[in-house]
Amino acid sequence: MARFTTGIVVGAFESLRNPGMTDLSRRQMFLKLGVAFNGAVGVLLGIPIVRYLFSPVTRGRNEGYDRWISLGSIDQFPAGETRLATYRNPGASPTDGETAEIPCWVRNIDGANFQVFAINCAHLGCPVRWFPQSRLFMCPCHGGVYYEDGARASGPPERGLFEYSFKIADGKVHIKAGELPTPGLSATNRSLIRIKGQAPCA
Amino acid sequence: VRLIRSLGKWVDQRLQLGSPIRETMEHPIPRETASWAYVFGSAAMTAFGLQLVTGILLALIYVPSGNEAWNSLQILNHEVTLGWFIRALHGWGSNFMLAIVLVHMAQVFLFGAYKFPRELTWIFGIFLLLMTLGMAFTGQVLRFDQDAYWGLGIGASISSRLPIVGPVLVKLLLGGPIIAGATLSRFFAFHVFVIPGLLIAFMGLHVLMVLKLGINEWPMPGRIVRRSDYIEKYHEMTHTQGVPFVPYGVWKDALFSGVILLAIAGCAFYFGPFGPSGQPDPRVIQTAPRPDYFFLWLYAVLSLLPPQLETPALLIGPVIALVILIALPFVSGEGEKSWKRRPIAVLTILLVAVGLGTFTNMADHAPWSPVMDASTGAAIPAKLLSGRTPLQIQGALVFESKQCHNCHALGDIGGQRGPALDAVAVRLTSDQLVRQVLQGGGNMPAYGKNLNPAETNALVAFLETLHPAGQRAAQDASLAAGAQK
Repeated sequence: MARFTTGIVVGAFESLRNPGMTDLSRRQMFLKLGVAFNGAVGVLLGIPIVRYLFSPVTRGRNEGYDRWISLGSIDQFPAGETRLATYRNPGASPTDGETAEIPCWVRNIDGANFQVFAINCAHLGCPVRWFPQSRLFMCPCHGGVYYEDGARASGPPERGLFEYSFKIADGKVHIKAGELPTPGLSATNRSLIRIKGQAPCA
Repeated sequence: VRLIRSLGKWVDQRLQLGSPIRETMEHPIPRETASWAYVFGSAAMTAFGLQLVTGILLALIYVPSGNEAWNSLQILNHEVTLGWFIRALHGWGSNFMLAIVLVHMAQVFLFGAYKFPRELTWIFGIFLLLMTLGMAFTGQVLRFDQDAYWGLGIGASISSRLPIVGPVLVKLLLGGPIIAGATLSRFFAFHVFVIPGLLIAFMGLHVLMVLKLGINEWPMPGRIVRRSDYIEKYHEMTHTQGVPFVPYGVWKDALFSGVILLAIAGCAFYFGPFGPSGQPDPRVIQTAPRPDYFFLWLYAVLSLLPPQLETPALLIGPVIALVILIALPFVSGEGEKSWKRRPIAVLTILLVAVGLGTFTNMADHAPWSPVMDASTGAAIPAKLLSGRTPLQIQGALVFESKQCHNCHALGDIGGQRGPALDAVAVRLTSDQLVRQVLQGGGNMPAYGKNLNPAETNALVAFLETLHPAGQRAAQDASLAAGAQK
């Protein structure tokens, strides 16, 4: 059955290209052979090219891009305050220059509990600024505002600030970081805790 | 002269381009088409030519490395002889090119030139518009400064919202997990190799089709396009009352292109190059990133859309716009061409122009952004402070120190995110003021946790003084009635 169908298709193809001549000529066969050979070589070359192009995706697939990094001694972050910290992104290359120096906000809640927020607004990624007097994060781009615990206060963001998971070891604050937090990523990412905007005055 | 002529003959014998070129030059165009309304396409091409030349000149110095790009721009601006001028030409050329492309598109739309048989010319034109926008965005990234860095973050955030493929797309866009050197390298490849290559190819096809199908005739009310006889009629028109493209049409093209080049050079010389602004260092967070001029409208739209509408609008909006643009020549491929008989077309252009203009203008003021330094840098007008009690003055201090001024203006100074408070006491009683401050609401954060009772008292005492001289402050009607009894 399959051979029959193929025969019809090939025959139709031939008669289209070469009206009045339905049987396979020698030249036609060589042409087909040439096309098929080039197609095979194309696929052979295409595989490494596609793999090369997708390397930014595949490189981080197995373990992810996130690594534990130290933000420095716990003494730099007094209890009850929120301070800016920076780290060099794990896996940074020499051509990255300053772009690999990533800031984040470290909130020491009570000396034992911490929250570490990404600098990027959960709306479109602009750098949020901390105002200690009003205890708010404000975004300069589209006007997103967050409370000190990262919950959404007002403006266009649909959720609270992105949070890194953290641990205290050897008197230092460590966070798991390495990837730009974006609204779409957080749902799948392992190390970013999702926090919902909560009622401000419960 | 004879030597040159024989050399030309020798070359043409081999190249055989002489007669097609002569034919193109002499091909007849409708007499009315040799008009100033038809000069924008060639002007866009001229602007693109300037971009090619200045782009190559910039590439002689520019270093597409995350570590070096910003410094190489400084060298171009300050050290290389006239480097600033070449950068300015490229920057202003980009703005002019986009503006001309938009005018060209509006003209083509109003003149019905997208109708049969020029549907594909229109569709390729849409591709060319998208590529021009792509060049503008990637070019803005190559000016690797703060705006470029955070602009990339915005691009990544938008792409990430695509369902399923979003996170993958972000990494492909950035060339890695973060905005870094690899990001700049790939935007360089797109800006310098990929998009210009496609642009040249599609521009060639676009122009080829204009030559093959003939330029659109001047639209006359009542001259109806029909698929059955249009081509016949067009040929009859061009052959009986047509004029050769050279010199009838081309001199206006040439003159206008020259004017545009001169205007670009004038702007470049007078206003100078764009940026770069601060270094692309994410640690410098004292920044308010703004997109380039032609993306300002998008910046406004992203600020003004309700949060829950934003993702659908971002993902579906462009698809709808593209489908409408591509479907246009098939839906209205026949019929009237003249704008005098197409009121909806005219209104569409006006609506789009007014809409884009309004959003762009709003983005210039960005009333939705808090003024980040108002609480430290903006004064409260003296007339709102003179003759106040110590408690009220204390309240004014709370107003400043708690960043109220970042979002609320007093005497036209301060943020515009929330309402101006010059007359707030007319609108809200003291109880309502307390509630609004402590609980927030209506897009205002709640300050209940961040103000102690004394601060709240003082703040409300100050706010209660904010009413115009002739108008009484709002009063609680029930309390007022009780007092009268």
